[in-house]
Amino acid sequence: MTTGNDEVDDPTLHDTPPPANRALLTVAAVLLAIPVIALLWVDSYARVDPKLGPWPFFFWYQFLWVFLTAGLTYTSYRIVLVARPHRPMRPHASEEVER
Amino acid sequence: MSDVNGVALTVLILLFALVTVMGFLAARWRRPPSMESLDEWGLGGRGFGTWVTWFLLGGDLYTAYTFVAVPAAMFATGAVAGFFAVPYTIVLYPIIFVFMARLWSVSHRHGYVTPADFVRGRYSSRGLTLAVAITGFLATMPYIALQLVGIQAVLEVAGLGGGSNWIAKDAPLFIAFALLAAYTYSSGLRAPAVIAFVKDTLIYLVIIVAIVYLPSKVGGWDAVFGAAEKKMSTPNPATGAPTGSFIPTGLDNHWAYATLALGSALALFMYPHSITATLSSQSRQTIRRNASILPAYSFILGLLALLGWVAIAAGTKPVGLDGEPNAQLVIPQLFEDMFPSWFAGVAWAAIAIGALVPAAIMSIAAANTFTRNVYKEYLKPDATPQQEAKVSKLSSLVVKVFALVFVLTLDKQNAINFQLLGGIWILQTLPAIVFSLYTRWFHRWGLLAGWAVGMVYGTVSAYNVVNPVTGAHFGGSLDPIPVIGHLGYIGLTAFAINLVVAALVTLALRAGKVSNGTDETIAGDYFADEGDPRVMKTLPGLDEPAGGLSETR
Repeated sequence: MTTGNDEVDDPTLHDTPPPANRALLTVAAVLLAIPVIALLWVDSYARVDPKLGPWPFFFWYQFLWVFLTAGLTYTSYRIVLVARPHRPMRPHASEEVER
Repeated sequence: MSDVNGVALTVLILLFALVTVMGFLAARWRRPPSMESLDEWGLGGRGFGTWVTWFLLGGDLYTAYTFVAVPAAMFATGAVAGFFAVPYTIVLYPIIFVFMARLWSVSHRHGYVTPADFVRGRYSSRGLTLAVAITGFLATMPYIALQLVGIQAVLEVAGLGGGSNWIAKDAPLFIAFALLAAYTYSSGLRAPAVIAFVKDTLIYLVIIVAIVYLPSKVGGWDAVFGAAEKKMSTPNPATGAPTGSFIPTGLDNHWAYATLALGSALALFMYPHSITATLSSQSRQTIRRNASILPAYSFILGLLALLGWVAIAAGTKPVGLDGEPNAQLVIPQLFEDMFPSWFAGVAWAAIAIGALVPAAIMSIAAANTFTRNVYKEYLKPDATPQQEAKVSKLSSLVVKVFALVFVLTLDKQNAINFQLLGGIWILQTLPAIVFSLYTRWFHRWGLLAGWAVGMVYGTVSAYNVVNPVTGAHFGGSLDPIPVIGHLGYIGLTAFAINLVVAALVTLALRAGKVSNGTDETIAGDYFADEGDPRVMKTLPGLDEPAGGLSETR
C-alpha cells in the first residue's frame, strides 16, 4: 500500500478511536437492545388476548414493534451522532494532490 | 390448473419489458468516466444516498423467494415456520446498526469490496480469507437459484412452462434470465438499483391493495384468523400431530421461533450481496439512517405472510402444472383467483421483477468475491482495476448460467435444501467478520477452527432432520439444542459451538505465542467517513486492496 505511512506521522489522529461520550453511547446501546430482547422473549407475546378488533395480540403486537424499532433506531442514530462526532482524518502529503 | 390468462400475461410481459429497458439504460445513470473498475461496475460508484440505498437494500433483502415462501409456509404449517420472518426482519436492524458502519468505514479506507477482503487485511491469513470467500460464494449460489424458483412459480400459475417438450417448458425462464444477465453485464450494480424503484413500488402497491381488498372478499379478518386456526389445529393424517401452529405454544415452539429470528437476522448481513449493497452507499451514516427506515419492508412482509392465511380462508388450491399440490404457488394462485386479470398481471410482475433485483446483486457479489479473493489472490495478483472489472463481469455470467442449470436440471427441492444450508453456513463467518471489526483478540486459526466445526456440525445436523411425511433428509432447520433440550435453529446452535471452539483454540494459541498475522488497519479506519483521505468515490490505484501489505509494516 502506497499510503501506509501517514498514520505514523501523527498517531493521535489515526491510531485511536475518536473521543466519545461513553454515557450517551450506553444509552444508544440500551435503546437498540430493547427491541431485540422484547421480540426474542416470545413467551411475553405468544397469546391471543387482548385482541385488537379481530387481530390476535401475537400479530398486532409484532406489527407494533416495527414502528417502535424504527423510532428507537432513529433515536440511537441521533444520539450516536452527538456522542461521537466525526473527527476528520488528515490526508498524507502524497494524497493532497488527489483531493 | 388454469389455462393461459391472456390479459394478466400481457401486463406481466409489458412490465417485464419496461424494467429490461431500464436495466440497459441504467449504465447512463450518474455516468462514470469509466465502468472499468469494481468500484463502478460492482459497487455503483460507491455513491448511493439514503433513498437509493433504501430501495436497493429493500429490493435486495426482501427477495422474490421470500415473497413466495413466507406466505407458503404460513399457508402450510403456520406461524412458527412463516411469521418468524417478522421478528427476524425487525431485530435485524438494531443489530446491523451496531457494526455495519464500522465495516463501511474500514472498507472504504482500504478499498475492500467483499467481506473476505476485510478479513485478509485484518489478519493477512489466506486460509481464513479463503474460508470466508468460499462460504459466501457457496451460500449465495442456491439463493440465486431460488430467485428463479420464484419466477417459475409465477410462470407456472400464468400457465406457461406446461409444454411437454423442454424448449417450450423452460424458454420463458431462459429468456428472462438471459436479459437479466445482459443488462447486469453492461450496467453492473446500477441496473438493480434502478429496477429496485419499480420492484419496490409494485410490491408496496400490490400488498397494500391485497391486504385491504382480499380479506373483505372472504368474510373479513375474523374469518381469516378463524380458518387458519381451524386448519392448523386439524391433525395431519401422516403424523397425527396438528398441521401447524396458529400462535406458537409451548417452550419448544417459543425457542424455535426466537432462535430462527435471531439466527436469520445475524446471518443476513454476512451474505456478500447484503454487504455489496451496503458498501455502495455514499457515507458511513447512510446505513444507520437506513436501519430506521428499512423496517417499512418488514411491515409489508408481515402483511404478505398473513396473505397465506387469507388464502386458507379463500380456499385457494395451489396445484402445479404436473397436477401435484405445491404450497409455493399459493400467492400467485390467490392473486389469479381473486383479482381482475389486469391486476393479477401487475401482482405477478411484482414477484417476477422482485426476483431480478436480488438475482442481479447476488451474482455481482458472488462475481466480486471470485475476482477479489480467488482470481486476484491466487491467479493474477497484479491484476489492474480494468482486468478485475472484466473478470467480474464474466464471472457474473457464469454464476447465472450455473444457477439456471441448477434449477432446470435438478429437483427444485435441492435448491431449497441448499439455501437452508447456505443460511447455516454463512452464519459461521460472523465471528471472523463482525468480531474482527472490534478486536483482534481471536486468533486467525481459532476463527478458522470454529468456522470448520460450525460448518460440519450445521451440515450434519441439517442432513439428519428427516421430514416425517416424505422421509427425506434436510426436512427443516430445527433440531433439539444440546444442553438446553428445546428445539432451536441449527444455524444458531452451530454458531454457538463455533464461538466456543474459536475461543478455546485462541486461548491455546495465545498461550503458545503463535503469531496472529499482521493487521493493515488502524483504529481510526473504523470511524472514517465521506471526505476523509482515501475515502473517495473512485481513484483507481489508490483503492487497491491489501496489495502491498508486507511492505507497509
